[in-house]
Amino acid sequence: MHTSEVPRRSFVKKYHIKGMIVIAILIVLFLYSLKICGVDPSLFVSNIAQFGVLIGQMSNPDWSYFSFIWDPLVQTVQMAILGTTIGTIFAIPAAFLAARNLDHSKVVHGTSRFVLDIFRTLPSLLLAAILVAIFGIGPTTGTITLAIFSFGMISKLFYEVLETVDMGPAEAMKASGASIIQIIRLAIIPQIAGQFCSFFLYTLEVNVRSSTVLGYVGAGGLGLYLQQTIDEFNYSETAVVILATFATVLVIDILSNYLRRKLQ
Amino acid sequence: MTIPKINEKQKRRDRYSWIVWGIIIIVIYGWCFSDMKFSHIQESAGTVSKSIFMGLIHPDWAYIYNGSGEDLVSQLIMTLAIAFLGTIIAAIISVPFAFFASRSKNSKYNVTSKVGTFLLTAIRAFPEIVLAIMFIKAVGPGSFAGVMALGIHSIGMLGKLFSESIEEMNHSSEYSIVAAGGSKPQVFALSTWPTILPALISYTLYSFEISVRSASILGLVGAGGIGAPMIMALNTRNWPRVGIILFGIVVMVMVIDGCSGYIRKKLV
Repeated sequence: MHTSEVPRRSFVKKYHIKGMIVIAILIVLFLYSLKICGVDPSLFVSNIAQFGVLIGQMSNPDWSYFSFIWDPLVQTVQMAILGTTIGTIFAIPAAFLAARNLDHSKVVHGTSRFVLDIFRTLPSLLLAAILVAIFGIGPTTGTITLAIFSFGMISKLFYEVLETVDMGPAEAMKASGASIIQIIRLAIIPQIAGQFCSFFLYTLEVNVRSSTVLGYVGAGGLGLYLQQTIDEFNYSETAVVILATFATVLVIDILSNYLRRKLQ
Repeated sequence: MTIPKINEKQKRRDRYSWIVWGIIIIVIYGWCFSDMKFSHIQESAGTVSKSIFMGLIHPDWAYIYNGSGEDLVSQLIMTLAIAFLGTIIAAIISVPFAFFASRSKNSKYNVTSKVGTFLLTAIRAFPEIVLAIMFIKAVGPGSFAGVMALGIHSIGMLGKLFSESIEEMNHSSEYSIVAAGGSKPQVFALSTWPTILPALISYTLYSFEISVRSASILGLVGAGGIGAPMIMALNTRNWPRVGIILFGIVVMVMVIDGCSGYIRKKLV
């Protein structure tokens, strides 16, 4: 009787040699990292009492403290809005420079991309820690930090949008004799405006999240109270700060998600 | 030839909606500027930024490696180790979490999905610095606290990305194995898992990139990594050292981003 052959797999594939090697490397790296970091789960057990105190106090938030943190909370949101806006204003020309599909030399977009990459490598808290030394303690520093951070992030998101623009409508308008302003207004902007706004809102979300902790290094906003209450071991007040952060982030996320869905 | 007429009502509504949005935006910015208590820029800002700039262009090269374990290279390796451990732990925990949180087609109410998604959102809302501070109280200052903080924080993100990729997966190969008489474990091992694995690896690498950035600031609050010598150098105004550490972080993040981007491009 004729039997049909099942295709045979090669040795490497049959025993998943590649996958096994990757897993072995990962395990070695994992053990090595455990050693470097000095991870010791017994520490967790020995300190569990203190952690219990922390959790116990935190589950009893001191709501009267909320009146103290209302102002910094508002300041945090303002910092985020202003920072994102300033960053966006600078990011738009940068995005045009870095976009590959617009006619300019390779040198221009290569260098501008490299510079933007460097901007994006720096975490905002680190940037804040440095800028506090220059501009002093306060919300101005926070706003500048967020502006620089959003500049890096938005310009990348924007140039990626710019690269997807379909030049067909622009060429059609040019052929029918439209001026450059008309082309930009009627052929380019409608294609990118929705995504630009959406990315702006997304960056605003990210910035609200990071602005709540910037105060930890002295850059204004809620983070200062986070540090103070923890240093004074007032965990029931810390809980209020954390919950307020949580609520703010959630509200901004919901608002921005709603607006972004409307834009699409 | 006639040009199609836009509905007058629609046109008017469009125009008014722009005015309404304009007013809302102006009110928001007005509120930001009027209420903002701008702190004055220090008078020493000029000299300080000059010395920072001098420090940045004359970095403390001797700090790169001196064998003491407190030098730049060993601190960067430690930062990478924290990010790696946090990501791996989060990735392993996130897989079952993601299966809970993903919406399945069969069930009508998706109770587990709603609960899972809510938990993941709640985890994501905590900044990693806050988690790090809490874990420092639990396990003492050091890298362990950083690992725990990053691990928990990454679960929030990875769980969301994983569950979305599970929801979007292509079920056709699953159906064909069911049709050929495969059991549930066989369907999972031969179809579900191989289908989603590239997406899971790609998202894990992406989360590793983010974790490397976060790990480099955890030291600012005492949770290990390159942030600790950074804040020390900042507090002692040791600008050449700040310069070299910044340089180290930028190079590390760029190299990791490059490698992980390369692998991710090959996976897809």
